[in-house]
Amino acid sequence: MAALKDIKRKITAVQKTRQITRAMNMVAASRFKAAQTRMENFRPYAAKFMEVLNSLALRVDSESHPLLAVREPKRIRVISMTSDRGLCGGFNNNLIKATERFIREKTREGREVELIPIGRKGRDFFRKKAKIINARPDVFGKFDMSLAVLISGDVIPPFVNEEYDELYLLYNEFVNVAVQRPTVARLFPLPAIGRKEKGEPENLLDSIYEPSAQALLEKLLPMYVHVLIYRALVDTSAGENGARMAAMDNATRNCEDLIQNLTLKYNKVRQSAITAELMDIVGGTEALAKG
Amino acid sequence: MARELTLEIVTPEKIAFTGVVEEVTIPGTEGEFGVLKGHASLLSSVDIGKLSYTKDHKKTYYAVTTGYAEVSASKVTVLVETAERSDLIDPERAKRALERAEEKIKKLPKQDMEFEKARLALMRAVIRINVAGKS
Repeated sequence: MAALKDIKRKITAVQKTRQITRAMNMVAASRFKAAQTRMENFRPYAAKFMEVLNSLALRVDSESHPLLAVREPKRIRVISMTSDRGLCGGFNNNLIKATERFIREKTREGREVELIPIGRKGRDFFRKKAKIINARPDVFGKFDMSLAVLISGDVIPPFVNEEYDELYLLYNEFVNVAVQRPTVARLFPLPAIGRKEKGEPENLLDSIYEPSAQALLEKLLPMYVHVLIYRALVDTSAGENGARMAAMDNATRNCEDLIQNLTLKYNKVRQSAITAELMDIVGGTEALAKG
Repeated sequence: MARELTLEIVTPEKIAFTGVVEEVTIPGTEGEFGVLKGHASLLSSVDIGKLSYTKDHKKTYYAVTTGYAEVSASKVTVLVETAERSDLIDPERAKRALERAEEKIKKLPKQDMEFEKARLALMRAVIRINVAGKS
């Protein structure tokens, strides 16, 4: 029979774990809220930006820009965004698996693949499994647009200099708190923008462009890359905390179940100990009376 | 003719400012330009620089980085990656950033990619210090 003391100790231990998971859940919830606000604040910027970019792309022959150059994809690079911390369910695992699958596929097609991990978990996992360049671990604690600019600075010049031919971005798209979907998007060459979008002539038609529309587009394209990367960063940070919230909520509930079962067991053991003791006493007195 | 001019400064972090103003001065890539109500529609790229608007005869300054400005007769939309209002800039921090950038530029060769980054950082710091002095 398990000693009462052992069970009691176990209950206390689980209670302490529950306290931790509950606290982590609450921290994740507040971080999630911040990330969500950030996502909402970013939306008008992204929408406005796309609007202008599209209308500009309609007016300009955009084929010639180096970021749109299509080459035979011999060497490709993959940005893989994971979180810095664990304990967030399958969040990182799913993305790492997706990244592995993607790399395997591309390697089988005879491409040379280099990996750019953003976030510590991905970097740690792929450290010995893939060719890593420009890793950026520990970035999600506090980040803003300048991080996206930094990452773009890592990837744009080598692409323009034809050091590699294609760039893909893998990240967890934020669907809602419970669902984050690993997504693959091609960054370079940039997918054609604004082509044949309901061809309605817009009021921008006769505006003045400063500098020329062509030059303006060339200025905006790198910014477009910033927007795409920033969106992925924001999605990752919101998704990470959403996933952690769910995972920790689950863990707290499991702790409660465990505590309940253990308490039940504790009471049973205690009761049977009392019964056994009583039997002893009764047996003893009866023996004395007979004697 | 439009009766008033609305200015909107949008950054990825937040909408930094919206409101009716009398005049806006924007640091365009081709040079600084001012906008009053009824301006011809214009699309210009914006460079790291000093943006200001006048409202109730009072000037407010912002340090902005790259983006663009879309101007129509009654509305100016400025989309930039960062915008800091002058009274929110910490001049001490800006000065330190300036020193760091200068330090880097001295050490690096001109062709280096880091050099370009440091040069941009330097420009940003200069603008910040410049803007921080005004209110």
